[in-house]
Amino acid sequence: MKDSPKKNIVILGNGISGITAARHLRKRTDRPITIISEEHPYFFSRTALMYVYMGHMPFEATQPYENDFWKKNNLNCIQASVKNINGQKKYLEFKNGETMSFDVLIIASGSKPNQLSCPGNDLDGVHGMYHKQDLDRLESLSHSIKSAVIVGGGLIGIELAEMLHSRGKKVTLIVRENSFWNRVLPDAESKMINSHIEAHGIRLLLETELKAINPSEQGGVKEVITNKGEVIPCEYVGSTIGVSPNVDFLKDSGITLGRGVLVNSFLETNLPDIYAIGDCAEQTQPQINRRPIEAVWYTGRIMGETLANTLCGKREQYQPNHWFNSAKFFDIEYQTYGRVEAKPDPTDQKQFYWQHQSKNQLLRLSYHPETEILQGVNVMGIRMRHKIFEQWLDQNKTLEEVIDSLQEAYFDPEFSKNPIAKIKADFALIKQ
Amino acid sequence: MVNKKSLSQNTALLLGFLGLLLWSSSFWIEYQNKTLMLTIGFLMMSIGVVGFSYSLYFTSLAGIRNNGVWFSSLVSRGIWGWLLGLVLTGFYVLLYFYPEFLGYNEAGKSSGLVAFFDPLSVLLNGKPATQWFLYGTVYTLAIILFGIKFIFKYRNNRYQVFRTISVIFFQLGFAFLIPEILSKLNQDLPYFSKDLKNMWPLNYYFFEDWHFNNMLNGGNLGLFILVFGLLMMFIISPILTYFFGKRWYCSWVCGCGGLAETAGDPFRQLSSKKISVWKFERWMIHVVLVFIFITTIAVIWTYLGSETSGEILTRKYFANVIIGFLILLMLVILLWGRKELNKDALNTIISIATLLIFVIVWQSKWNQENLMFVDSYSLRKWYGFGVGAAFSGVLGVGFYPILGSRVWCRFGCPMAAILGLQQRLLSRFRITTNGGQCISCGNCSSYCEMGIDVRSYAQNEENIVRSSCVGCGICATVCPRGVLKLENVSSKNRY
Repeated sequence: MKDSPKKNIVILGNGISGITAARHLRKRTDRPITIISEEHPYFFSRTALMYVYMGHMPFEATQPYENDFWKKNNLNCIQASVKNINGQKKYLEFKNGETMSFDVLIIASGSKPNQLSCPGNDLDGVHGMYHKQDLDRLESLSHSIKSAVIVGGGLIGIELAEMLHSRGKKVTLIVRENSFWNRVLPDAESKMINSHIEAHGIRLLLETELKAINPSEQGGVKEVITNKGEVIPCEYVGSTIGVSPNVDFLKDSGITLGRGVLVNSFLETNLPDIYAIGDCAEQTQPQINRRPIEAVWYTGRIMGETLANTLCGKREQYQPNHWFNSAKFFDIEYQTYGRVEAKPDPTDQKQFYWQHQSKNQLLRLSYHPETEILQGVNVMGIRMRHKIFEQWLDQNKTLEEVIDSLQEAYFDPEFSKNPIAKIKADFALIKQ
Repeated sequence: MVNKKSLSQNTALLLGFLGLLLWSSSFWIEYQNKTLMLTIGFLMMSIGVVGFSYSLYFTSLAGIRNNGVWFSSLVSRGIWGWLLGLVLTGFYVLLYFYPEFLGYNEAGKSSGLVAFFDPLSVLLNGKPATQWFLYGTVYTLAIILFGIKFIFKYRNNRYQVFRTISVIFFQLGFAFLIPEILSKLNQDLPYFSKDLKNMWPLNYYFFEDWHFNNMLNGGNLGLFILVFGLLMMFIISPILTYFFGKRWYCSWVCGCGGLAETAGDPFRQLSSKKISVWKFERWMIHVVLVFIFITTIAVIWTYLGSETSGEILTRKYFANVIIGFLILLMLVILLWGRKELNKDALNTIISIATLLIFVIVWQSKWNQENLMFVDSYSLRKWYGFGVGAAFSGVLGVGFYPILGSRVWCRFGCPMAAILGLQQRLLSRFRITTNGGQCISCGNCSSYCEMGIDVRSYAQNEENIVRSSCVGCGICATVCPRGVLKLENVSSKNRY
């Protein structure tokens, strides 16, 4: 598109949302684009930081584009921290006192890890695992860690457990709920992960909370005390009790905030030319069955693409298609498409569930109790094709139709032992 | 290393090293009972490698265990990596250029390291060992032992297990035992009338006069080997590549690939993923392909000239065949590749082919002794030295710890170039991407031994159709989100 004079676009944050927006904008406009990050000058995959600590990859390998890619595409990347934004007068204030004006601002500042609230939460050796700086800190402490306690039964918690375990640390994972991630995972999935965690030699403490962290003489961590009175000696406490939108620096910006930056379905804030995408954006009118803040990789990417369309003259609503997500819990891969409730309301959702007798393999299909139309799928230890499930959800396929054609969606590597015949047989038994 | 090795790992390592030392000591010591020493060394190395691998991988559950790879000096270009590279390179230099240092004696009885393998050589082929027998034995042993290690490591993935059993089988049987045993059964026939691993252009000497004569003078067996070689090249390979991609050869059968996948596996992450290196790769590998093509037709040309009477094939006829072949090749590439290949690649192919046709027409018109202006024998000598020995051996394996395990396959192998061209244009094989599930983590790219930036395709939901992909499947294996799958379904069933 042509703009004269060229309006500059500033993107705050170089995570997946901001970078996706920048790349798609650059394909279609020659307006100046500046990407600002406090964390690192160039885009890297946050989800891959764990592999750096585990020694699977060097940090550079987490960067999907070579460093000269940005310059070649005329994307100006700078590392700096923003102190405040003036939304009316359209400029940013940096911590070092400098300012920068913008015509269009995209806020993609992501999340920040939640802090523990117990005494001792500010000790050296109590950290989250979110930013590159968290990784660097963990690495610098690593040689002195023999035992670690991780608090929080979510995705980052189990990844941090895997990281520390891979470097030979004794790991205790403390989970408030009575089973791992069971706000999201149904019982069987959650239990499978519980036993897998323990099979790796991690101590898993369920229905447990942290009461206090006691300091060592050097100002680090000496031990933690649980609400059950147990004292666990450790040198490191991983705080992984969730994340919240990273929006504190916007308090005085004139931009309306809720938990995150409030945006309408066009990703627009209350101020003109200021948008928010990714983890930091909070939808004022989320779609049915979707949460106002969805802090996952994929939604960030979709928002970035949507906003790029809008800014290039094709005003587009953020309409994510069916929910999907994936994770890996140590060695168990998990994929989900559509909506699978952890504790379904029987008038809203029924579920067919199959589990392998001995291997860590599981499939759960959710469907409407009356029409039997597919609502979603969970798979553990089996790979399923995204596009096919999306089609089936779009086409309102019934449970039976889905089971019949399940092979079409099967995505495991060649020569894998295919569980689909067994799933079908078990389904036939149940139906009788 | 970050993770300290356990006692059992250290014991196994020590045992393996002592076994290797025992074999190597024959360099200086002339053992009386070579059979005994060979066996003891073999057992020590086997127990060492298998025991070490068992204790390394079976102490934890099955899964991806690349823990500490980038902290290890040996496999991340640290001091130990460079030292190993030096030792391997040194060995290859001796093997190819100074075999007499290994004890090889062309005129009479060998001694030292080469002679140490006499008992095994006599057992298998009935003759004393040569430096090539020594090399073949060590090579095969490395594929078997490190293949077992690889199977332990990837035991959760049956594609990896089956593939590795296959490379072990083909190396041990087809490349090592069968030719040796055929030798024993047919003492009077020349070696190359019995060698099954004769697929041109990897085995670049296939059309050379001595090799041809070897086969022609080899009776029925030699004739079979000749026909088998031609069938493989022109019929079997294109069909298999169409259905399965070049992986049927490169990561299921080939010995070079076999070593890279097994002994070379710990170094796979060292391949460069830079775009500039990819450019160099495309240039380099096709230069080698053109080089061997020219060398081969030049050698055949000269060979044809030496036959005076009873010729089946004259130079003129041969020239016409080659010109016809080149024109056909260009048509096929233009037809299939117009959309697939970029302009530069097309222009390069067309200009090289045109130039070749011109040269051949020119030379055949004047019935010159040398097709390519220079003596075909010196062409072939340079290919043998530069590509056959220095590139594929010294650089290809010697530099595992520096450049990764597939340097030769990626930059030099003309066979890989041909299969790759077909894979790119006319094959069902591709790696498909699972919708939007990619998180750009980079494990796939990191562990691609061919240096393909798999992630750049996966994160854009694109299928991966790259001529260099050998289909080892490691990208799909290490992917933590189940994004990649190797497939060879027909185009209408694709997603």
